[in-house]
Amino acid sequence: MSNDNQGILWEVFIQPKAGKPHKHVGSLHAYDKEMAMKAARDLYTRRQEGCGIWIIKAEDIISSQSSDAEAFFDPSDDKVYRHPTFYNIPDGVKHI
Amino acid sequence: MNTDLYTYCLRIGDNGLILSHRIAEYCSKGPHLEEDLAITNVGLDLLGQAEAFLKYAADIKGGGLTEDDLAFRRKEHEYLCVHLTEIPNIDYAYILARQFLMDVFHFYLYKKLVLTEDPIISGISSKAIKEVTYHLQRSSDWVIRLGQGTDESHLRIQKAFDDLWMYTDELFDSDEIEKNLEKKNLAVTSSSLKKDWDKKIKEIFLSAGLTAPSTPKHSMRYGKYGVHTEYLGFLLAEMQHLNLLYPDAKW
Repeated sequence: MSNDNQGILWEVFIQPKAGKPHKHVGSLHAYDKEMAMKAARDLYTRRQEGCGIWIIKAEDIISSQSSDAEAFFDPSDDKVYRHPTFYNIPDGVKHI
Repeated sequence: MNTDLYTYCLRIGDNGLILSHRIAEYCSKGPHLEEDLAITNVGLDLLGQAEAFLKYAADIKGGGLTEDDLAFRRKEHEYLCVHLTEIPNIDYAYILARQFLMDVFHFYLYKKLVLTEDPIISGISSKAIKEVTYHLQRSSDWVIRLGQGTDESHLRIQKAFDDLWMYTDELFDSDEIEKNLEKKNLAVTSSSLKKDWDKKIKEIFLSAGLTAPSTPKHSMRYGKYGVHTEYLGFLLAEMQHLNLLYPDAKW
């Protein structure tokens, strides 16, 4: 047991505007959900950064390991055909 | 010039100004990073409210007077804050207890001031009530946490309330100035806030497992009439020293 008594580590996501996705902004320490919410409000929205807050316990996030990076991500390097770049796009089509 | 209104604005403005200075003294000394920033935010809100009231007071007085003159260039007996705001930061329990007692007071004060007929006072108050609603949620939350926390935290928050309780009588002391303004629906008497204040304190103390002390008032003469605790002079010496060294400095 360490001497760290700051509570649980939480990750904070802020929604910049209604309808926009929540984006990760940082983390904080708090003992429970209510305290985490108030701390997130004070730490991450004091300069009008957003209109919504999501918080999750850091330990509940499943993250990939950097040791797996080669096996996970490198194989897609040489598979350009997975991008739909070999089609001729008709002139009238926009937003691609 | 409406002297009553001027005095009334100074009282509210000075409560915010002096309390925010006490909180500013605590900046970087909080129990942990998150709380340090959160309580400093509260201080900044209070400073903003104070600025608005002091600006209005300066406008009422006229003659080119500014809110900065009022904040930094008065003598001790010209400040009209209540004694509770002057109490030093003894420890986190005292800071929190002081804040909670003032938050409950501010909450009911601004709730009523919003409905008064002075457009500036009701305007400042409708902005302030949003801030103060959050302050009260925050401090209530902590009072309950400490009250229901460990034996040590319970003991210390109870002791802080026991020691500070005698300063709360002043919050509800009303004089002719307040009564005159209330008759014209320009302000509210402090005494009219007592019932709601008592009820809220009782509610939170019940959740926190704390006992409301019954210490009577401590003084015959109060800060809102310009008579202060021994603490205010030292606070002002620090708060005013930059202005004394560099008058009219801009940044």
